[in-house]
Amino acid sequence: MLEISGLAASVEGTPILRGIDLVVPSGEVHAIMGPNGSGKSTLSYVLAGREDYTVTAGSVRFDGADLLAMEPEMRAAAGVFLAFQAPVELPGVNNANFLRTALNAIRRARGEPELDAVQFLKLARAQSKALAMPEDMLKRNVNVGFSGGEKKRNEVLQMALLRPRLAILDETDSGLDIDALRIVADGVNALRRPEFSALVITHHQRLLERLVPDRVHVLAGGRILRSGGPELARELETRGYGAITAAAA
Amino acid sequence: MTVPMSRGEAGFLGRFEAERASLPGAPGPRAAAAEAFRALGLPGASSGRRAEAWKYTSLRALAEAGFAGSLSVAETDMAMVPRLAATRLVFVDGRFRADLSDPAPGIFGSARAPEFGPLAQPARDPLVALNTMLAEDGAAIEVADGDDAGVVQIAHLASAAAGQAIACHPRHLIRLGAGARLVLLETMSGTGRYLHNPVSEILLGPDAALSHLRLQEEADDAFHLATLYAELAARARYEAFTLNLGARLARTEIHARLAGPDGFVALNAAQLLGGAQHADMTTVVRHDAPRGASRQTVRSVLSGRARGVFQGRIEVARGAQKTDGYQRSQALLLSDAAEIDTKPELEIFADDVKCSHGATVGALDPEQLFYLRSRGVPEAPARAMLVRAFLDESLDAVTHKAARAALDAAIARAWEREAA
Ligand SMILES: Nc1ncnc2c1ncn2[C@@H]1O[C@H](COP(=O)(O)OP(=O)(O)OP(=O)(O)O)[C@@H](O)[C@H]1O
Ligand SMILES: [Mg+2]
Repeated sequence: MLEISGLAASVEGTPILRGIDLVVPSGEVHAIMGPNGSGKSTLSYVLAGREDYTVTAGSVRFDGADLLAMEPEMRAAAGVFLAFQAPVELPGVNNANFLRTALNAIRRARGEPELDAVQFLKLARAQSKALAMPEDMLKRNVNVGFSGGEKKRNEVLQMALLRPRLAILDETDSGLDIDALRIVADGVNALRRPEFSALVITHHQRLLERLVPDRVHVLAGGRILRSGGPELARELETRGYGAITAAAA
Repeated sequence: MTVPMSRGEAGFLGRFEAERASLPGAPGPRAAAAEAFRALGLPGASSGRRAEAWKYTSLRALAEAGFAGSLSVAETDMAMVPRLAATRLVFVDGRFRADLSDPAPGIFGSARAPEFGPLAQPARDPLVALNTMLAEDGAAIEVADGDDAGVVQIAHLASAAAGQAIACHPRHLIRLGAGARLVLLETMSGTGRYLHNPVSEILLGPDAALSHLRLQEEADDAFHLATLYAELAARARYEAFTLNLGARLARTEIHARLAGPDGFVALNAAQLLGGAQHADMTTVVRHDAPRGASRQTVRSVLSGRARGVFQGRIEVARGAQKTDGYQRSQALLLSDAAEIDTKPELEIFADDVKCSHGATVGALDPEQLFYLRSRGVPEAPARAMLVRAFLDESLDAVTHKAARAALDAAIARAWEREAA
């Protein structure tokens, strides 16, 4: 499980996260909502280990281990997965090759045998079919020329293949058509098990209807201003963030 | 004031004096070349003339070295020479080795006089003068009108194993008749300290098509100085791809002239350099006829204190209307001390042409690196993947399967050496 306490972080000297306390127990799905620029992506990057974000205070424990002391690849090996809000294009890197390298790196770290090209392709084809992804997306360069929705689906495909213990989804539902929205929700639901947890960043209630989070948190100005059950998301949908941010001011 | 000649220059001229009586072929061109070499000197040597064409590359280290004549040792490590084609001409230390080769009709390594073609410019290019003066051997390839000669490999192996630095100056002549076709794969490798100074003259008849792949994997301590001249008749196509991986100092100088209309020239290259390596791609594409197209993309990955150079000149003559030419230099610098110098030059005398050039220099993208690492790929392999991706985009021009596989394997070897 994930325990964030007093986490503060800055980018290029500008403080963005200003003391975040958040616990996501094993088996639970938590949603984070909040206005643009409130620090949601920053939080997800800090959890995944991006080096240009400086942690100035606080700690993050993942299964008791000091997550912030780990290199990004070690976090991935430990089971942390971030679905990027803006997935990165890798010109010249074949998607299937990328996915296999990633999967085998993680399998190696877990002490599992690596998959050869044939085994991998079989698995990847099955998974991309389940996600209703066109098969040629495996042959193309990673995210290059992918539509916005295709990039997000490619993130979900990676999540399905890597089977993380903690999935952080940063607006994976943004820019998705209705079918794809269901695919994302199904993708997360398929991973649900007692030792899996998820942090789902979203602006929309409709994803949460399908995912049914255990808790909903409102992040604004680099702090968690309110937490509640799934009903909080519905309330935000009708009333906006105004009341909450005003109350905190 | 006369500046004393460098040790290297004097050595080459001394060798010529000692051997001129026994060198094969007509003595005239060699004597003229010797005069030219004496006058031009090696660029960068104290006695050499300052030449704009050699602005970024100095041959001082070569001028100060001493080289023996080429000597073919009997034991040759053929494991170093990949077999890429059934027809293969093997040269060891600049000399054709019939015992190691598989020639074909019209395609042979001459053990006779090297053929001096009409394109080379010994009076202007000092290394070509040096080659003309001392050349002993070379490949002669003649593809008759309308023939498809398939795939031919020229393998050059230098084996300065006996502890003595050697110099070899092979002279190749390649002629394709009207409509003839050929895929030429050149591999260059070796061990020890040596100079490989090949000159190639390439004549393409109307509608001829030559695809020319050059894999430069010379020894760490080698000098590789190659000069190529190509002349294209109407509608001919010359597509060259050079992969520069080896040698302490490498220069590839290509002069391509589109003499007839509607010709096509591609002079692409990729280079992966580390340590104190220096590699120079210098090209001159001359459009002398209408509707010609030329393409050049040079991709360089430089680490350590490596230095890459790309000088590309496009000349468009007055009558060469509708010329379409571009050149691009893209460099990835993996260290602060690595350097790339790019000098594009357009010299255009026609009014209806489309010519452009561009250059980009960058480091590995930290976001791309983070993306890979966030997927569990550790830093070193993640970097390797991105470097490969950068080079692969230029290698995609190489459609010949066996050649592509050989280039891929060579890059993997070079990268491993870098990383070690
Ligand atoms: N490199 C940077 N330099 C300065 N400020 C930055 C930098 N990167 C991000 N920020 C700022 O940090 C704040 C938080 O950004 P973040 O991307 O975390 O917001 P977010 O909550 O994910 O927003 P959205 O809902 O629009 O995705 C923003 O005000 C942003 O402008
Ligand atoms: Mg965001």
